[in-house]
Amino acid sequence: METPAIPVPEARSVVPASLRGLLPVLLALPVLALFQWLMSDAPFASYLLSVVGVNIILAVSLNIVNGMTGQFSIGHAGFMAVGAYISGVLSLNLKDIALSFLPVAVSDQVFFVLSLLVGGLAAALCGFLVGLPSLRLRGDYLAIVTLGFGEIIRVVVQNTDAFGRALGLSGIPQTSSPAMVYFFVFLTVLVARRITGSSHGRSLWAIREDEVAAEAMGVDTTGYKVRAFVISSFFAGIAGALFAHFVPIINPGSFTFVKSMEIVVMVVLGGLGSTTGAIVAATFLTLLPEGLRSLFTVLGAEGSLAQKVDQIRMPVYGLLLVVLMLARPQGLFGTKEIWDVLPRWIPRKRRGLA
Amino acid sequence: MLLAALAVMAAACEKKTQPAPSGEGGTQAAQGQGAAPGGAPADANSILLGQVGALTGGQATFGISTRNGIELALKEANAAGGVKGKKLSIRVYDNQSKPEEAAQAATRLITQDKVVLILGDVASSNSLAMAEKAQAAGVPMITPSSTNPTVTEKGDYIFRVCFIDPFQGFVMAKFARENLKLNQVAVLQDNKSAYSIGLADVFTRKFTELGGKVTAVESYSQGDTDYRAQLTAIRKSQPEGIYVPGYYSEVGIVARQAREVGLKVPLMGGDGWDSEKLFELGGSAIEGSYFSNHYSPDNPDPRVQKFIADYKAAYGAVPDALAALGYDSARVAVAALERAKDLSGPAVRDAIAQTKDFPGVAGMVTLDAQRNAVKSAVVLKVEDGKTQYVTTVNP
Repeated sequence: METPAIPVPEARSVVPASLRGLLPVLLALPVLALFQWLMSDAPFASYLLSVVGVNIILAVSLNIVNGMTGQFSIGHAGFMAVGAYISGVLSLNLKDIALSFLPVAVSDQVFFVLSLLVGGLAAALCGFLVGLPSLRLRGDYLAIVTLGFGEIIRVVVQNTDAFGRALGLSGIPQTSSPAMVYFFVFLTVLVARRITGSSHGRSLWAIREDEVAAEAMGVDTTGYKVRAFVISSFFAGIAGALFAHFVPIINPGSFTFVKSMEIVVMVVLGGLGSTTGAIVAATFLTLLPEGLRSLFTVLGAEGSLAQKVDQIRMPVYGLLLVVLMLARPQGLFGTKEIWDVLPRWIPRKRRGLA
Repeated sequence: MLLAALAVMAAACEKKTQPAPSGEGGTQAAQGQGAAPGGAPADANSILLGQVGALTGGQATFGISTRNGIELALKEANAAGGVKGKKLSIRVYDNQSKPEEAAQAATRLITQDKVVLILGDVASSNSLAMAEKAQAAGVPMITPSSTNPTVTEKGDYIFRVCFIDPFQGFVMAKFARENLKLNQVAVLQDNKSAYSIGLADVFTRKFTELGGKVTAVESYSQGDTDYRAQLTAIRKSQPEGIYVPGYYSEVGIVARQAREVGLKVPLMGGDGWDSEKLFELGGSAIEGSYFSNHYSPDNPDPRVQKFIADYKAAYGAVPDALAALGYDSARVAVAALERAKDLSGPAVRDAIAQTKDFPGVAGMVTLDAQRNAVKSAVVLKVEDGKTQYVTTVNP
């Protein structure tokens, strides 16, 4: 078992094909800059889009484990909590420090990225520790272990003074921006996409379809599963860390089992194994209640109808899922990706990404 | 190479001369004042207020009571001609008791609905999340019943019309020691709730200070249903009373199980007990227990009795303390809007800050320099399935 699995994601996404590998990142930066400029005086949109972004990262990263590898992890909020709290505490401690050779705003961003990575690595480490023993086994053990892990994290946070206990951690510098969130969304999607196309991804796919057959073909099943799980945890940690830097207070109530299930729902709704599906489902399910809110505020009398909306939200969730699972058991996108379909129309441009 | 880079970074680290531009509430407020002072409502004939509350989830009765209280106050204000000749209306959003939802709803109220003022949530975590957003945007916020001290420390736009946690712990410690003459008390706190821990800490300190002894401190988590292990441990320490500063949903069950394990001593608690549900859940086990609260429906004051009658007529129930505080918070807000020279954030903020000896149904409200209400608390006793006023404890 090679331990350097942890920092793999970025190395994997950027290094391999020298300049061609960097191209998507270089293309993304000006787009993000424009995006940030558009968002600069729309606090509500930035907040909402940041939440959407965090949910996309969570769903796409969970999809690596639940979708591509066919394992069942239901403790994603636990890894998110690790990332959120570790980076939150780090940022709180670094709040009054600046790098002298940089302007304050830039050095804040440097520390922000630093604490993001620390949060991500801490979550990845937890992922490694949780995954190594439980992924040696076949079947539902991972579900039980991750469920337990999520609860343990929540209870630990609730009883630790340094993490603000039940009230939560507040005063974390709010240095996050939509551009930063979407940079990591982009990175996560890029990594997920690269994994699918690689031999690593093929092995994961083999494990998903038939673990015994995969092993018989010489796939190191435990190794691949653990690596996928660690990458997934890393991005969940990043998502949590981003979350901690734009939500004014983080509190154990935000990282409950319900949150884990929300992410699982996103992945299942989008189609297990489809990154595109995860993105679409995460966006849809995050914007749905806010959209209903707007709709009812426009339609209904002041307050009366709008207040009922949130109360019927969870039943609507459930109903939607039942209908969907009956109509399309494989999820919205099945295992299809947008880039499997698009090249037919724009073959040249897409090839640059491959 | 990496080490060298790290060394350079470390060497370059230094204390900031000023706080990070986007970090602290204070600097943000300064920016907020310049950028978006309050935001005038789009409709010229009405003033829009906003409320964020827990309308769903475990503490839904709190959110709904608060909303009813606020609604009643605004209805009265509108019947009396509104503020500055304009009608008041309110937009209410649910936060599902999650801080990120509370922040989202508050941001929506501030930027999309452009409310003049926000009435905050009951739970302190959620109010804290909202306070951060309100302070940054320079929109005044009044929380009816968040008792955690840190809420109003967020900045000068954040107010409250209730007392703070330490005071409730203080009240009960004083009452247990001086009125009930207890020497040994055990504490059973809810580890999941900052409110419960806050009350328990102050109670323990004050009770010890007054010469009493805290024999055991046990804890549970909100949502637990079996407390027998903790209660058995408490029984071993032989207390003369148990302080359970939790929420009604757990306290009712705690009371039943305490009697089951043979604990006959009275229970004591805080305003989290205040719900009709407590008597349903606790039944006869909760009889003879005491809790501190913001107001008592037995108060003969005509103002209080009128409020109770109006509330009953509108919602068919006796208002609890949260409804009373919601009512007070909205009335303080209305009075401040009336006083303010215009509807901009800073003007309204200054008007709220001037609130002095305001006759609320839950006691006289005077806001101190920390924007907290200075007021007395009442101690209530549970008798025959309802609450009985015992005494008033002053700060």
